[in-house]
Amino acid sequence: MSKDPNSISQVLPSQYGAQGPTDRRLHKNAGWRLYLQTVVARAYPRIIGQQREKSWLFFDILLPLLSVCAYVFVYQAIDAPEDYIGFVVIGGAMTAFWMNVLWSMSSQLYWEKEQGNLALFIMTPTWMMAILLGMALGGLLATTLRALAIIILGSLFFHVQYAVSSFAQLFAVFILTMVSLYGLGMMSASLYLLLSREAWHISNLAQEPIYLFSGFYFPIKNFGFWISAAASFIPLTLGLDAMRQLVFESGPSLGFLSVRVEIILLLILCVVFLFTARQMLAHMEKLAIREGRLTENRR
Amino acid sequence: MLPTKPETYKNKPTIFSRSFRTAAWLGWQIESNWTDPFLFAIYSIIKPLAGAAILVVMYSIITNGDFADPIFTYIYLGNAFYLYVGAVMSGISWAVLDDREHYKTLKYMYIAPINVPTYLIGRGVAKFLVGSISVFITIIFGVLFLHVDVDLATINWPLFFSSLAVGVVMLAMMGLILAGISLLIVNHVWFIGDAVAGALFLFSGAIFPLETLPVWLQPIGYIIPISYWLELLRRSLVGSVAAAFPTFENLSNLQLMGILIGLTILFAIIARFLFRYCEHVAQERGLIDMVTNY
Repeated sequence: MSKDPNSISQVLPSQYGAQGPTDRRLHKNAGWRLYLQTVVARAYPRIIGQQREKSWLFFDILLPLLSVCAYVFVYQAIDAPEDYIGFVVIGGAMTAFWMNVLWSMSSQLYWEKEQGNLALFIMTPTWMMAILLGMALGGLLATTLRALAIIILGSLFFHVQYAVSSFAQLFAVFILTMVSLYGLGMMSASLYLLLSREAWHISNLAQEPIYLFSGFYFPIKNFGFWISAAASFIPLTLGLDAMRQLVFESGPSLGFLSVRVEIILLLILCVVFLFTARQMLAHMEKLAIREGRLTENRR
Repeated sequence: MLPTKPETYKNKPTIFSRSFRTAAWLGWQIESNWTDPFLFAIYSIIKPLAGAAILVVMYSIITNGDFADPIFTYIYLGNAFYLYVGAVMSGISWAVLDDREHYKTLKYMYIAPINVPTYLIGRGVAKFLVGSISVFITIIFGVLFLHVDVDLATINWPLFFSSLAVGVVMLAMMGLILAGISLLIVNHVWFIGDAVAGALFLFSGAIFPLETLPVWLQPIGYIIPISYWLELLRRSLVGSVAAAFPTFENLSNLQLMGILIGLTILFAIIARFLFRYCEHVAQERGLIDMVTNY
């Protein structure tokens, strides 16, 4: 027998019991337990990663907050009503979620492909949907912290006055917005499976135009019905509009649709995006395998 | 007797020009060849126009579309030229993360016969070119559709081109400072160049006069060279608009240019030493080939 303490015959009996690996089976989760285990496993690096790398406090909170301040000062320079400053603070906080969905959900499978992890994900005996859900949950928790910090600091700095008309509706709107938004992210992640270098540019392109049409810094109602309706495809458009109606005094008069209608629409978006994400992921995965794009590295 | 250098060797470009030209070509290929030229042109135009449109809509909602007010031209031109800030700074600093984490070639750059800071500045050229097109189109759009008050006959062209040239050098030096810092940090979702450009947006008086800032924040605006650069550009294009705001009314064009050149030299010195220092730390800690895409 080998004297090497790391040799397999020395290590395995202690790990699998005195009788060795063949006599005792490893406990393996299956079904919903495996699904949950996968979700937690993929969410873990998202949450723990930011604890280990503190520079995100500067890059993800302070710098976006300064951009928010710039837009607030524009409103102050042109003597805008006070509530518009609150609109910018809330919109600025919500940009954190859009950035997270864009760069850490939609593009994530592209990054994984670049890193060489995607093939490992596919061959792992678990669900890709669970991996995406883990990504979403981890990203959502981490981003909520950032968004909250931006709201708290922005509100304190600019003395934003809130007049919440219904906490229950506000909570419902936020949850539905997040579920549908991350559903959209999961759906687009499957599309990105087929993309190569253009993925980066598409994500880059989907910033300012979305800030514009989703009304991150002003009420979307000003665009008129049809443009606002088209922009409502992005859940943040309806979510932001409903949140502003619920937390600002002048909000209801500047709202695009009533909060109830927006909640119903968000609910529909949740179902549509999550269902479509599931279908598209299965389809795109097959397509990517068939076309040999899972390990493709066209740089 | 030592052998004389062959004629061809004498004519070889210096390490600086070779690094710069090759990097500029490489940067342009990376920026543009992921799609066909038409789509690339659309892509290059939509992003800046959407950014400008956010401000136009904000302004229009509050003032009911009073675009004749000088503050609108002030905001619009400041925002248009500010596109250069993000483009040049992020073009240079992003090259570090792109080469290190995406292409994984930064380590090869360090063993190649090139000058790395010059190479990084060269990588920013492509973004500068795309940024120039964006600035031009944004201004043309404003003049044609939004009554932005720019008259070709009254533009002070020498002041415009000299300010633009000094400003681009200043931005390149700021980009190099960020590139040095990028050597030591992880790959963030917010790209450091864009993020810092977004932050400086606040203090440079790009989209509102510096007097709008709280008094205790205004001094920051006066030490940022971008504030002087934007004022010079506004004065050269639309003197009447610049005169409507008192921020730099006590300074002549010559004084503004002197301050801009002085600050550019200062940033160049900082960039040189800071980049060297960061490079040294990165080599000491083994960060040149770090991959941090979590």
